[in-house]
Amino acid sequence: MADIEKEYSGVWVFVEQLEGKLASVTLELIGEAKKLATSLNVQVSAILLGDKVENMISTLIEYGADTVYVIDNPVYHFYRAETYMKAFCYLVEKYKPEILLMGATTTGRDLAGAVATTLKTGLTADCTALEIDQDKKILLASRPAFGGNIMATIVCKDHRPQMATVRPKVMKKLTHDFNRTGKVIREVFAIEEGTLKTMVLRVVKNNAENIKLEDANIIISGGRGIQNEYGVKLLNELATVLGGVVAGSRGAVEKNLIDNKQQVGQTGQTVSPKLYFAFGISGAIQHTVGIQGAETIIAINTDSECPMMKMATYSIVGDALKILPKLIDVFKQALSETKDLEHRNTNVIREGVVTNE
Amino acid sequence: MHILVCVKQVPDTTEIKLDPKTNTLDRSSAPTIINSYDAHAVEEAVKIKSHFGGKVSVITMGPLQAQDVIKKCIEMGADDGYLLSDRAFAGSDTLSTSYILSMGIKKIMEKNSIDLVFCGKQAIDGDTAQVGPGIACRLGIPQLTYVESIESFDLERNVVVLHRKIDDGYEVVQAKLPCLITVEKDINELSFSPLTNMIKAARYQAVSWSINDFTADLSQMGLKGSPTSVRRTFPPALRTGGELLKGSDDEIIETLVNKLKGGILQWQI
Repeated sequence: MADIEKEYSGVWVFVEQLEGKLASVTLELIGEAKKLATSLNVQVSAILLGDKVENMISTLIEYGADTVYVIDNPVYHFYRAETYMKAFCYLVEKYKPEILLMGATTTGRDLAGAVATTLKTGLTADCTALEIDQDKKILLASRPAFGGNIMATIVCKDHRPQMATVRPKVMKKLTHDFNRTGKVIREVFAIEEGTLKTMVLRVVKNNAENIKLEDANIIISGGRGIQNEYGVKLLNELATVLGGVVAGSRGAVEKNLIDNKQQVGQTGQTVSPKLYFAFGISGAIQHTVGIQGAETIIAINTDSECPMMKMATYSIVGDALKILPKLIDVFKQALSETKDLEHRNTNVIREGVVTNE
Repeated sequence: MHILVCVKQVPDTTEIKLDPKTNTLDRSSAPTIINSYDAHAVEEAVKIKSHFGGKVSVITMGPLQAQDVIKKCIEMGADDGYLLSDRAFAGSDTLSTSYILSMGIKKIMEKNSIDLVFCGKQAIDGDTAQVGPGIACRLGIPQLTYVESIESFDLERNVVVLHRKIDDGYEVVQAKLPCLITVEKDINELSFSPLTNMIKAARYQAVSWSINDFTADLSQMGLKGSPTSVRRTFPPALRTGGELLKGSDDEIIETLVNKLKGGILQWQI
């Protein structure tokens, strides 16, 4: 073990990008890596694989990377497990980092599983907190388990690198420092396209007008307490008035009131809006684990003792279906008084998602 | 087409209780079910079989009670099932679990080649999504995770075209068979099992393999073969409550709107 400790050094971050657009989790990870690296007294490196990605290097350095390793080749145009895994393992075996972080996105988790298996090392999924054990100089990776019922701190004592995927929107990126400089190491690792078994034919992006739940500032969420289609209509109306997005708990999804893509919680999405309305959501742990990052939570429920009412910033005892129409009216008036809505975008509802038109 | 589905028996995490004194999970309070994503994987495999013919096999690792999850798959239309059960497997993390499962899959392949391997995208108890890629890696076949739909099979060219979820939408990927696919719930709707399957399932006995059925590397399984270990568990930190607004409905709503309207104008889209 002592040998492994000496041989492996530094914190690495996998740079997730799609055709030159950086995934926001990447900069968050560099920020977190910086924290870990400082406490270990080592450097932060960003690993950039792609096709014509030269212009991304400076951004990575300006947000905290000390070194950027780059492999730039058309074969890496789109992410593919089979190419990225090979290139990544090549770099790890050559430069030997002690910690390897990736975003807990579909791409990051796909790559992490393949890399950890190939390198026969330990990988902790979907972490929400990372720190260094100062005695042993190892990574303590904490994550929710069993549907968010419990948190577990996982260690990987005797294998390197110690790998973790980290949930987006949990860590903080550093402030952009335009004067920061760093080292760039360019590597060549060509793979013959003809030898590959997978090919990305095309990428289909969600309609740019659709606001993604995870990016929404205002979320209007309903649970079993919204009861029926009428309740859903009210949620949509409030979303239109406030300029927010409609979501739901598992209870509402199971009653087919809310689309499962709009589910918030452990089996749905983690959100971190400025404002989260919980109408008729009791607040089972599987749901509340997904809204820990919300700034302000408003709970409306008939049961004043339910967990959601206990955790909310403001709670109102009452029937969601009775409170909603009043809220819609009062907000409509208050907001139009404060600012003339004539010049604002009108929001239109399409399949429960508010879009700008 | 021979399709293999990897399934896991899990505690129903919505029913699980935390013992506030010991900070441990009372697993006995939760009934065991088939991992919900795996159910969609079985459904998809059975659907493909009904189009192209062939056979659906399922494999699971777990205690002897995990027979139940195989029976459930037979009910859903799988043809046969394999249970990998041995005390040597206990305590395995995702790395060693993928080793053990791939060992079982290779043994099945000795007699019966496999065209497709399906898994759920993750298990609802561990939520790691790591075992699928682990198995693909060990079998040396392409991995296609978070698959939302299968567009087409071209059995002459031996390729599949499918939609794989990415952060901002989906990508359309073509892959050579055999490959491993992990599925999202969106891939299909679960259908009801016909009575004949239920009768078959009730009587079905899975093929059960233990460590003695393999020439296996013991150092790669169980606690010994697991590079990760749990240092400690603790209850999740929850937000502390705020203010319960009191008064008539109208008064409460006025208070709330006044507190929020400034912010809302800034945050609006």
